[in-house]
Amino acid sequence: MKIINEVKFSIPSLSVNESVARAVVSSFLIQADPTVEELADIRTVVSEAVTNAIVHGYRNSYGNIEVVVRILENNTIYIKIRDKGCGIADIEKAMEPLFTTAPEEERSGLGFSVMQSFTDKLSVKSIVGKGTTVIMRTKLKCHE
Amino acid sequence: MNIDIKSADGIAVASLCGEIDHHNAKEIRRELDSFILSNQPKELSIDFKDISFMDSSGIGLIIGRHKLITECGGKLIVKNPQLYIKRVLKLSGIERLVKITCDKL
Ligand SMILES: Nc1ncnc2c1ncn2[C@@H]1O[C@H](COP(=O)(O)OP(=O)(O)O)[C@@H](O)[C@H]1O
Ligand SMILES: [Mg+2]
Repeated sequence: MKIINEVKFSIPSLSVNESVARAVVSSFLIQADPTVEELADIRTVVSEAVTNAIVHGYRNSYGNIEVVVRILENNTIYIKIRDKGCGIADIEKAMEPLFTTAPEEERSGLGFSVMQSFTDKLSVKSIVGKGTTVIMRTKLKCHE
Repeated sequence: MNIDIKSADGIAVASLCGEIDHHNAKEIRRELDSFILSNQPKELSIDFKDISFMDSSGIGLIIGRHKLITECGGKLIVKNPQLYIKRVLKLSGIERLVKITCDKL
């Protein structure tokens, strides 16, 4: 699908950057004229994926998180969030609702469930020791 | 994040203002837990009226406070969540644990 516009940025794995990522993505997407609800959903899924990179991916290390957001033709939004952290051994298990490897930190195990239900398509690729890439796509309603 | 707690006769309301994510949850948790432990309220409502954003970190935050206040013999209530926050609450099934109410306008 043709790319109409794109923003790409990299942030270090500091928790204060969770809100930075949401703010950058939502100001970029204003031009695609999303509804308030669509924008809220996108802010939420960006927050989930960036938080996972910080909390889990770079749990015992420190590194950068790469965020790419594209507006594609057909009013489709593409979001990629990548870390070079510890990776996920069993992706299927990790994606189960309520599954978390950090219950003592009050993680609810619902991040992937939110990403799944708030977007049209979620794909997770991960290699242990190399990192994790989350790609989400969502089509905005046309509202003339 | 702005937290304002008002309390009378064991009934407390904590009004939060801002965004709830993993970063901010730590501070909210600290404030609410110290209030719960030192005041042992019968009932604590967290007012979400001025919360403009919440992701699944907020669910962990609510469940954690629910557990603590239940251990102390009280109960937790979630008040006035906005539409987008209701979607996250609903997905979590948290209404089975914690009462969710809305003030009449
Ligand atoms: N970027 C990541 N790097 C490493 N592990 C991850 C990453 N994202 C998710 N995980 C793993 O998947 C689990 C489930 O993630 P999620 O559904 O967001 O729940 P939570 O973050 O509340 O634990 C996490 O507990 C963690 O073990
Ligand atoms: Mg998560």
